Amino acid sequence: MATAELSLHQEFQEYTLRSPFRASWQKVMMWVFIVVDALTFGSLLVSYGFTRVSLGEWANPAEVFALHIGGKEIPLLLIAIMTFILVSSSGTMALAVANAYERKKKETVLFLTLTMLLGLTFVGCQVYEWTHLITHGTRPWWNPYGPPQFGAYFFTLTGFHGLHVLSGVIYLAIVARMVANGTLDRRGSYQLVEIAGLYWHFVDLIWVFIFTMFYLF
Amino acid sequence: MAEGTHVPIRKYLTVWFWLFILSALAYFIDVVHVPSPWKAILLVMVALMKAGMIMAVFMHLGYERLSLIYAVVAPLIFLVVMTIAFLPEGTAVLGSHAIAAP
Repeated sequence: MATAELSLHQEFQEYTLRSPFRASWQKVMMWVFIVVDALTFGSLLVSYGFTRVSLGEWANPAEVFALHIGGKEIPLLLIAIMTFILVSSSGTMALAVANAYERKKKETVLFLTLTMLLGLTFVGCQVYEWTHLITHGTRPWWNPYGPPQFGAYFFTLTGFHGLHVLSGVIYLAIVARMVANGTLDRRGSYQLVEIAGLYWHFVDLIWVFIFTMFYLF
Repeated sequence: MAEGTHVPIRKYLTVWFWLFILSALAYFIDVVHVPSPWKAILLVMVALMKAGMIMAVFMHLGYERLSLIYAVVAPLIFLVVMTIAFLPEGTAVLGSHAIAAP
C-alpha cells in the first residue's frame, strides 16, 4: 500500500516537470476551478451592480446592518467583525501551509483546526445576520429596507459565499485528518495542504469584493 | 523537485498585517462619508490592493511560472469587460423608467 502510494507521488512529480505550468495537475485543476468560480461570483456581482444602478434606489446597508450596543447604533459592526474573522482565518491558513512545507505534522493540524474554527465562527455570524433580517421580514421577494431586489441579492450573494465557507471547513477537516493519520506522510507530499489553502484564500478573496460592493457601497 | 511553492513566513505575516490595515481603512472610508465619486474610487482601489496581495502571496501566484499566472489572470479580463458593458446599461434602463413614468 505504502509503496503504491509513493510511486503514485513520483508519477505526480514527473508530471509536474513535464507540465507547461511547472505545477502538479492537482494544483492546476484547483486554479481552473477558482477561475471558473471567480467568473461565477463576478457575474453575480455585475448582475447586482446592474440591478442597483437601474433601480436608482437601494437600501442603506450601513443602517440595515447596524448593531445596537448600549443604546447606540454602530454601523456595519457585525460585518467588520466578520471581515476581521475571515482575514484572521486566511492568516492561520497561510501558517498551516508554511508548516506543511516543513512537514511539521502537529503544527499543520493545529493551524488547520484554528482556520476551521474561525470559518465556523464566520458562518455563525452569518446565521445571526440572516436570522436578524428574516425576523424583521426580509424575504427574497420583499424587505422593509428598500426595493425587493435588495433581499434577493442579499440572500444570493451572502448565501453563495457562506456555502463556500462551509464547504471549505469540510474540505479542511478532510485534509487535517489526512495530515493527522499520516496519509500525506505515506504519499511523501504535503502539497494537498497548499492546494486546500488556495481554495480557502479564494473564499477570503471573494469576501473582499462582497464586503466592498454589497456592504460598503 | 520542490514540494510546492515556498514563500518565506515573514512575507505571509507582512501581508496579513496589511490586510487588517486595508480592511480597517475600507470600513473607515465608509464611516466618515467620503463624497460620492471618491468613495467608490477609494473602495475599489483598496479592494484591488487586497485582492492583489492575497493572490500574489497567500495563493503564491507571484511565485509560480509565468504561464500559470497568465492562464489565471487573462480570463479575469472578462470581469472588467462585463462591468464596463453592463453598468452603463443599468443607467440607460433607469433613464427609460423615467420616460415611461413621468
